[in-house]
Amino acid sequence: MTHHSTTRIPAPAAVPRAGGRRRRSGQWTAWAFLAPVVVYLVAFYAYPLYRNLDLSLRHYTVRSFVQGDAPFTGLDNYRTVLDDPAFWPAAWHTAVFTGVSLLFQFSIGMALAVFFHQHFRLAATLRALFLVPWLLPLIVSASTWSWMLNSDSGIVNAALRLLGLDPVNWLTSPTWSLASVTIANIWIGIPFNLVVLYSGLQAVPSELYEAAALDGATPWDAFWRVTFPLLRPVSAVTLLLGLIYTVKVFDIIWIMTKGGPADASTTLATWSYRLGFGNLLPEFGPGAAVGNLLIIVAMAFGLLYIRTQRKALR
Amino acid sequence: MTPPHPARRRLRAAAAVALSACLLAACSSTDNSGSGSSGAAGGTYTIWDTYPQFDDSADWVQLLQRCGTAAGVTVKRTAYDTTDLTNKALLAAQQGNSPDVLIVDNPVVSTLADAGVLTTTEEVKIDTSAVAPNLLAAGQIGGKTYGIPIGANTLALYYNKAILQAADVDPASIRDWASLTAALQKVKATGKKGITFSAIGTEEGSFQFLPWFWGAGANLTKLDSAEGVSALQLWTDWLKNEYAPNSVINNTQTTSWQEFATGQFAFAENGTWQLANAKKTGFEYGIIPIPSKAGGTAPAPTGGEFVAAPVQKDTGRYDTSQKIINCLTSADNAYTTDTTLSYIAATEAVQAKQVQNNAELKVWVEAVSAAKGRTSDNLGTKYPRISQPMWTGFQAALSGSKSPQEALTAAQAAAAAATK
Repeated sequence: MTHHSTTRIPAPAAVPRAGGRRRRSGQWTAWAFLAPVVVYLVAFYAYPLYRNLDLSLRHYTVRSFVQGDAPFTGLDNYRTVLDDPAFWPAAWHTAVFTGVSLLFQFSIGMALAVFFHQHFRLAATLRALFLVPWLLPLIVSASTWSWMLNSDSGIVNAALRLLGLDPVNWLTSPTWSLASVTIANIWIGIPFNLVVLYSGLQAVPSELYEAAALDGATPWDAFWRVTFPLLRPVSAVTLLLGLIYTVKVFDIIWIMTKGGPADASTTLATWSYRLGFGNLLPEFGPGAAVGNLLIIVAMAFGLLYIRTQRKALR
Repeated sequence: MTPPHPARRRLRAAAAVALSACLLAACSSTDNSGSGSSGAAGGTYTIWDTYPQFDDSADWVQLLQRCGTAAGVTVKRTAYDTTDLTNKALLAAQQGNSPDVLIVDNPVVSTLADAGVLTTTEEVKIDTSAVAPNLLAAGQIGGKTYGIPIGANTLALYYNKAILQAADVDPASIRDWASLTAALQKVKATGKKGITFSAIGTEEGSFQFLPWFWGAGANLTKLDSAEGVSALQLWTDWLKNEYAPNSVINNTQTTSWQEFATGQFAFAENGTWQLANAKKTGFEYGIIPIPSKAGGTAPAPTGGEFVAAPVQKDTGRYDTSQKIINCLTSADNAYTTDTTLSYIAATEAVQAKQVQNNAELKVWVEAVSAAKGRTSDNLGTKYPRISQPMWTGFQAALSGSKSPQEALTAAQAAAAAATK
């Protein structure tokens, strides 16, 4: 790197004009300001992403991982992953988990936001209480859910028994385990939707509602014709961020069911973890490949969002 | 463009160099701290273990320090979670800064050996002749030994005396599967719960299934043999008849133990490490070995760690590592360590001493003698690839989505594909 400056022809001794100097020193300052963020981006985004891509394109065994001589195998890991009988169920579970979570998180979050927009007494206190799921560490909320949904000693089944209903094997039956983790995830995601949509509502001018009321609009009409269309940009951001959060949810599922029973609640995120870390024999290549597929999905939706935003601006 | 001012240019170049140097250092540190100093006596030796429950004041850590001092070096010890240590050790080896001594869960030894991370006991001159062969087998691949067990633990059946008495079951009469199932039936008739175990979809679940699988006479190379299916049938029938709760499918060994500790269960399949907790439950308990299908003690999988010496660039360090390892596994120290860890010693002599001082350990010594390493029979790194289809299989059968036969046929197909 240093020879770069020494091989160059020495700069002319002439003192640069004052104006140029100021401009260049301004440039230099600009670079100095930029440096921390560039270092940060390279060290914490570009390099890990590059490593993950590299991992997914090589055939890693534990031996070649240590020796660092894993042969380049192109898209073999992706082929392995796509051909794996566990892939399509995992992809389907991811889609269902994400879709159902978003649908309920968003609609419940929206309902609550509109509800709290009424400014009744204790609204602020109550709203704060709704934030609790967001504030709890995931390990706490996921463990609590898994105790509540325990087949034999869980409070949910105890309640069902009181009502004279048959208990449900929430976490241990293949038909219910995905539903159970989705329910827990919806609960965790509501506060986020509530907060963002609520702040979006604050920006809607109240005159619009007054005008609508004068025109004889029912509250129902006011919601669908005023609130909802005006919240569209906020909704889009909420849904996009929700999608990116949800598609990669791993901790809740891992803590509650480990993706089981027999892969019934395995999503791409938990599968990727299990390939890389959840077994005595790590399979870094396929694990990284699944992780990259998830990144591509999230990125595709991000680009879609940017495009629609641009269109809306035009 | 006017060429930049030399001073500024130098500054810019320096900044670029500093930046790339910092990135290189952060991203792929090729130098190592573990083997930086020369092989002569003195210096710092690093030890990694899987006992984060012990802090610097614990007997275990004191022993590490003493063994270091005896070898004329300072010991720097780091504790990791068992599940973390495999990847940490692989990464360290990749970066060329492996610890000098590694204490690692026994089924991981073959993985690390396969990666070329570990030296053989022959190379570092560690005497393994006193170690029970069935325990040492977990660390042997292709005729070579890659470490020495520090102690062992395994599974047995804890029982609640009061519940068995009320159900009129004599624990001594339980010698095979039929008598065990009959006992569970009697317990259920008294309104108590039969047995709890862990059938979670991780290595822990496989660990708990193996005594029944091996106890039926099945072999890991053929999961769907008639014997293997009969073991899964036993578990499935227990769930169907409500001798075991449905929650076992999601139980870790710890949650399963918590179920037993409620005092509602007659039996619990659990490990040596729960002995200290068993005394705190507040009810009288006993322990019997896990019966095999036809009668007698079933081979349970061995748990417990191996002490191994990772490969170093500076082979001169092996002498001191050897001294430390021999110190840790010497008869006297092994006795202290295994007592602290609630483990059974790996050598007959120390086992005898343990039983002499605590008669309660007799059943565990017997269970350990009958036990078998998961990676034994030269399975090595094939074991993890068999274990995962196996746990998926028993989860499918227990949750009712497949019959035991179907579940294990699918598991065998997956295992065969993964190990071919």
